[in-house]
Amino acid sequence: MVLNDLIQIKERELASRKKYVLRCCMAAGCMSSNAQSLKDELEKAVAAAGLKDEVEVRGVGCLKLCCQGPLVQADPAEILYERVKPEDAAAIVAALKGGQAKVSQGDLNHPFFTRQMSIVLANSGIVDPERIDSYIAADGYLALRNALREMEPKEVTDTIVRSGLRGRGGAGFPTGLKWGTVAKSTGTKKYVICNADEGDPGAFMDRSVLESDPHAVLEGMALAAYAVGADQGYIYVRAEYPLAISRLQTAIKQAKQYGLLGSGVFESPFNLTIDLRLGAGAFVCGEETALMASVEGKRGTPRPRPPFPAEKGLWNCPTLINNVETFANVPAIVRNGAEWFAGIGTEKSKGTKVFALAGKIKNTGLIEVPMGTKLRDIVEDMGGGAPDGGTIKAVQTGGPSGGCIPAGSLDTPVDYESLSKLGSIMGSGGMIVMDQATDMVDVARFFMEFCMDESCGKCVPCRAGTAQMHHLLSKIVARKATAEDLAKLEELCDMVKHTSLCGLGQTAPNPVMSTLRFFRGEYTERLQPDTLGRPGTESAVPAGSRAT
Amino acid sequence: MCAKTLTIDGNEVSAADDATILDAATEAGIKIPTLCHLEGVYDIGACRLCLVEAVGIPKLLPACTTKVVEGMNVRTDTERIRKYRRINLELLFAERNHVCSVCVSNNHCELQTLAYNHGMDHVRYDYLFPKWAVDTTHPRYGMDHNRCILCTRCVRVCWHVEGAGTLNTAGRGARSQIIADLIQPWGEADSCTSCGKCVMACPTGALFQRGATVGEMEHDREKLEFIITAREKKQWIP
Ligand SMILES: Cc1cc2nc3c(=O)[nH]c(=O)nc-3n(C[C@H](O)[C@H](O)[C@H](O)COP(=O)(O)O)c2cc1C
Ligand code: SF4
Ligand code: SF4
Ligand code: FES
Repeated sequence: MVLNDLIQIKERELASRKKYVLRCCMAAGCMSSNAQSLKDELEKAVAAAGLKDEVEVRGVGCLKLCCQGPLVQADPAEILYERVKPEDAAAIVAALKGGQAKVSQGDLNHPFFTRQMSIVLANSGIVDPERIDSYIAADGYLALRNALREMEPKEVTDTIVRSGLRGRGGAGFPTGLKWGTVAKSTGTKKYVICNADEGDPGAFMDRSVLESDPHAVLEGMALAAYAVGADQGYIYVRAEYPLAISRLQTAIKQAKQYGLLGSGVFESPFNLTIDLRLGAGAFVCGEETALMASVEGKRGTPRPRPPFPAEKGLWNCPTLINNVETFANVPAIVRNGAEWFAGIGTEKSKGTKVFALAGKIKNTGLIEVPMGTKLRDIVEDMGGGAPDGGTIKAVQTGGPSGGCIPAGSLDTPVDYESLSKLGSIMGSGGMIVMDQATDMVDVARFFMEFCMDESCGKCVPCRAGTAQMHHLLSKIVARKATAEDLAKLEELCDMVKHTSLCGLGQTAPNPVMSTLRFFRGEYTERLQPDTLGRPGTESAVPAGSRAT
Repeated sequence: MCAKTLTIDGNEVSAADDATILDAATEAGIKIPTLCHLEGVYDIGACRLCLVEAVGIPKLLPACTTKVVEGMNVRTDTERIRKYRRINLELLFAERNHVCSVCVSNNHCELQTLAYNHGMDHVRYDYLFPKWAVDTTHPRYGMDHNRCILCTRCVRVCWHVEGAGTLNTAGRGARSQIIADLIQPWGEADSCTSCGKCVMACPTGALFQRGATVGEMEHDREKLEFIITAREKKQWIP
């Protein structure tokens, strides 16, 4: 494969485009509401109407408004059909050439769509994730070709450094810096790993990216491998994502057939093999050292860092590990230039972020917004606010490692620094909206239960501390705790945060600390007098007076 | 190899290039509490009792796995660290049943000694332990999960000193437990050579010689050290 082949494939693909396209979402959300038979019916309806030469029925990735699935988008009319049933197929096909199908239509001019900015999801809902030609038609693998043939590895790293891209897996570590460290680490064998373990409750960004545009992740990994000098890559994906796995397998097979993976890629000396490794669904296996232990076939438990993976990773070799979304940003950056990317977002948080919008909000689904977008714009404009006239009480970001941002702080811009100032984190992109009926202590208890169950059990503060904190929170929820219990809880938060071995334990207290910071009254009003008769509450609110 | 100098609790000490903070402190006669550390097998930084402060570094550092850095200024006994250690020990006591007065290791137990040293005269947390099993299927040794602190010292000596690979950890979080072979009764674990190194390595009364009664179970740590020194340094020092 050389540049000319890429161009030819693209031209062939564009030339074969038909006048009308019905894009059917084939990502897990819509698939779970019967999208496959809908697509089959649409194909039958097209054949029955004798329109096979004019209409393409294309399976695509996520069309974003997941709550209204199954979704079908009709081009060029730009109509988004919602909650489509297989029996609607004929009507939709008939309406292609004018007229109205009696199927609920979404408003593509709603801020939910118009305020999105797509870099990571640029191909999502447009290309067919099961056909590499479809990706190449969207300029896929062009960045890899240009890097391999026209750039030194160091130039690729420099591009990523200048773009300001930061890791999307949670911590926001500067990606270029990490690549540079791995590139400089000495070793004859190096690895790249894509972290697709995605274990946060409520998060489905990475799954969607893999299902919608697997080749972008492969291309990003290949660019990274070239930059750091690796020739073996692994994608660690949880086994609960069968569709993502099968799309990745298809993508890897097709990329190999085209010589885009393997040896001598684009007739350069660059070699790369990418293999899948399936995780068994332990949250902690998303932590990089645990993940590598798991890839090595060991029990997935974290180990102390340093040494960092960049120095000693898989089988003690220098290893680059990045998140799915991080890799998915890379081809666009190399294609469009670092300056283009650095022009999007805020001073310290560049580019966009994908969020899985969920909870008490009208429009749930997948959104990609520029960094620095205000939370209010996301939940009120794009999300449409709380359903049924409810009011928003808080927005949870960062899952079990994050915190709850109260409605009063909705004007906070979404960037790494602003969120951490509020005691939350960007996290990997879960965003759960809570309405006035939400019991914040119970929310804290829920996340603590998650951490307790998912603790690997290796270190004492996390293993025994989360169990003890969960116990104390349950006591508070049940109105059986005293002021002393609350003090113990706060002391444990401090201890577990500062003494745990890995990020799971270190961040497990965050949901408690952030709800204590903004909703302390919900804790104190439930406290009971202790056995010495000392009052339970710290505030003036008598126990049991609140309505929830 | 060049040596390094650093300060520990105000004392200037020297350390080998690849020494850990724990090595340097031990050599200088400064005692840092440990539980999962066992001389001779690799460290895992799991118990978090050896955490120390270093001036200018915001995070606490596990002394057993952190290599010394030239000029570093380490504090091993600040009020904050003592507080965290005490909570850590209390968490361990609340996690499983550690009623010392009926334990085979009473007065020969590292956990108990540490609790004494940290003035831990009672546990402020509610006891959360479920009733764990006691495995007495092995002809010579017993395993009482109620006393186990999951330090995995037994697992590491079993794999890396004896080379049998019988013991392992299974389960997650507070439900983790030490297992033999494929979660079999210890007595049925074919790979066990009955060498007893795990029993010597155990800091508590979780692993014991059968027939030992309250307070009788002394862990023969010296024998283990002898074996490890012999293995690693080819020195046969009794
Ligand atoms: C408990 C825990 C779970 C994690 N889970 C994930 C995950 O599912 N996906 C991910 O990309 N990173 C996860 N991380 C972060 C990784 O350790 C690592 O920082 C990340 O993959 C680095 O990639 P990035 O720099 O591109 O963000 C997790 C970290 C912790 C402590
Ligand atoms: S913090 Fe929790 S998950 Fe991390 S090593 Fe310790 S016990 Fe395991
Ligand atoms: S049995 Fe003993 S040595 Fe093994 S993990 Fe438990 S306490 Fe540690
Ligand atoms: S001795 Fe260092 S963590 Fe246990």
